[in-house]
Amino acid sequence: MNFLKTTTFLVAAALASPLAAQQEGGRLDIVVQPEPPGLMLGLVQNGPTQLVAGDIYEGLLRYDTDLNPMPGLAESWEISDDGLTYTFKLQEGVKWHDGEDFTADDVVFSADTFLRETHARLRASLAYVDTITAVDPLTVEFKLKEPFGPFISVFEAATMPMIPKHIYEGTDYATNEANATPIGTGPFKFNEWEKGSFIHLVKNEDYYVDGLPYLDEVYYRVIPDAASRAVAFETGEVDVLPGGSVENWDIPRLAEMEGVCTTGKGWEFFAPHAWMWLNNREGPTSNEKFRQAIMYAMDREFMKDVVWNGFGNVATGPVSSKTNFYSDDVTIYDHNPDKAKELLEEMGYDGEPVRLLPLPYGETWQRWAEAVRQNLTEVGINVEIDSTDVAGWNEKTANWDYDMAFTYLYQYGDPALGVSRNYTADRIEKGSPWNNVEGYENPSLDEKWAKAATLVKPEERQAAYDEIQKEIVDDVPVAWMMELEFPTIYRCNVKDLVTTAIGVNDGPRNAWIEE
Amino acid sequence: MWKRFSSNIGAMVGVVLLLAVIVIAVIAPMLYPGGPWQMVQRPFLPPFAQDAYPFGTDTLGRNVAAQLAYGAQVSLLVGLVSTLVALLIGVPLGALAGFYGGMVDEGAMRFTEFFQTIPNFALAIVLVAIFQPNLTSIILAIAIVSWPPVARLVRAEVMSVRKREFVDAATLAGLSKPRILVTQVLPNTVSPIIVMASLMVATAILLESSLSFLGLGDPNAMSWGYMIGAARTVIRSAWWLSFFPGVAIIITVLALNLIGEGLNDALNPHLSRKGRA
Repeated sequence: MNFLKTTTFLVAAALASPLAAQQEGGRLDIVVQPEPPGLMLGLVQNGPTQLVAGDIYEGLLRYDTDLNPMPGLAESWEISDDGLTYTFKLQEGVKWHDGEDFTADDVVFSADTFLRETHARLRASLAYVDTITAVDPLTVEFKLKEPFGPFISVFEAATMPMIPKHIYEGTDYATNEANATPIGTGPFKFNEWEKGSFIHLVKNEDYYVDGLPYLDEVYYRVIPDAASRAVAFETGEVDVLPGGSVENWDIPRLAEMEGVCTTGKGWEFFAPHAWMWLNNREGPTSNEKFRQAIMYAMDREFMKDVVWNGFGNVATGPVSSKTNFYSDDVTIYDHNPDKAKELLEEMGYDGEPVRLLPLPYGETWQRWAEAVRQNLTEVGINVEIDSTDVAGWNEKTANWDYDMAFTYLYQYGDPALGVSRNYTADRIEKGSPWNNVEGYENPSLDEKWAKAATLVKPEERQAAYDEIQKEIVDDVPVAWMMELEFPTIYRCNVKDLVTTAIGVNDGPRNAWIEE
Repeated sequence: MWKRFSSNIGAMVGVVLLLAVIVIAVIAPMLYPGGPWQMVQRPFLPPFAQDAYPFGTDTLGRNVAAQLAYGAQVSLLVGLVSTLVALLIGVPLGALAGFYGGMVDEGAMRFTEFFQTIPNFALAIVLVAIFQPNLTSIILAIAIVSWPPVARLVRAEVMSVRKREFVDAATLAGLSKPRILVTQVLPNTVSPIIVMASLMVATAILLESSLSFLGLGDPNAMSWGYMIGAARTVIRSAWWLSFFPGVAIIITVLALNLIGEGLNDALNPHLSRKGRA
């Protein structure tokens, strides 16, 4: 059985955006914060770069807000029954911004040569890949060594961006002069970057989808201060505030303005998941009962409503409800101070102080830490907040010098890509503030995580992850807090801006402005 | 002396205000046993909307009145202790420099100047950032930036006093030099030190507030500067969150300044009369 999904999604896309009213032309001003270090998506993949370069570079696939793959540079794809062969049929008539043809050779060069060298996150997935071959100029075949369930999720633009072979082959990638004037296949072409002020992209007249894009030009505006960004939106200087551009407290005020819309969609691929690392190695947090007590002591609904202005969801476990293979059949930790006190008594907690390290990302995170401290104080846990800057936070978490530490990480659509790395013993790396920082070790679960990644059938994977989630939630290796939502604020006359799982990152492709 | 002080209306107003702040700080735990961090009502409750929360609630629904009361504790504690520490550094150093002169004076004054050339606030920020923000490091940082003027004042006073006749008399009576310094010279320099100290407490409170405003306060201690800093981002929608702690700082600093002026007038009657003529 082959999975040929293309037609379904074309129909779905057509239904979602009726063809009647799209208007051509216009300019969109979008805030980018902070200013990206570079736009060459194969070399840099931080948030601001993805936001801007997502219009210039493209991947083989795009993903809808339920994470189903949609055609991108690949017009259709097939997965063999054994889950080992992925065959992509490329779109016809695709040209790079400099006029060269985009072919299967570019795909092979990007995935097999360029990104293997430059892209750490993709490299981990490419380890499962045996060969990548161009069958003909419009067909590419990926052969895997063993089945890797989440493989269909790695073709997103920033995960596997297509790089022009004719420009980069045989050069030193990092110093190639073309990095300053990125060449992609996307709906917009790079025009000008005035450092500290704006990045200007213009419409790609030769884009391979007829009629797209509608917009003539897109400006990404660099405005360093959160309050100034809010003012720039109020005065009409910018049209779009991507998630995280303004302080949470400002969102309701801006959202209430006339002609302003907000959406929480467009983050499904990232599914930012916030939790507190609990040091499993020493101190009270090494005791499972203590960790469970923390979960019961916290009023996470209140935190969501007050600290995050109601945006987001309370997390039930390690996997976000937006990510594939989520399960809600787990122990639910509601706000239950009595239960927390009971657990503390059972373990014989003696009032030993625990340190709490907030994430130094501004007021919201500081208030969040204060709310947690108050909740824990109320059940008798002695909490002290450590203050620190970004460098100090990195150093303390990386060297395990903390008891509880806030963090949030992306999930990339699949537990095997963005979740298991935080809980398996092979990802305990002293010196890194990522992956298994809490020091949780559970060999039987490690095996289950590994097996779940290599299953082929989605139903089998779901069953495997259901079991894992049920088990790990009882252990509380970390204190899961929230599935964060970073609402995008935009003028309501900007239509179809957020239609995919990466939202504004590839939003201008379909966006249009209603006069 | 008390007579002169008490006849100064400004000084008496200062005393009353300061006493009020002290009383509030002392009874804060009795008034608000839940502490300043307790989330008691819905967030952003405006002032005077509910009798129980005359100053409203903050971004997390914490009682602003309780925060003000506990903030008074921190402000007074930081003001007093850091001034005390500054005096402990500045007075001995200034006294030794002024009394012995020569190389001791040279050395001590160059050392003092070293600290005086660095802007106070910048140095305080650096010190707190290095030592991690907590009450001890904040108090030490404020003391370290505040002692040089004390040292210079004490040195000048000691230099003028040590040439007086009673010092010669003490020398003739066979008293040792250190003993003369401690028992004869220093007691005669106390009044300007007291005046300066009262003003230093006010400065210290302002410094602590500024540090907390910048997010360099002790994250586990509620302080007025912290309240204003946290309210900065919502100043357009919740004015009361920065207004009331601002008023509290003004009142306390004003009270201390009034008291300092009053003390100055009372302790240096010649100067003050000259000043008024």
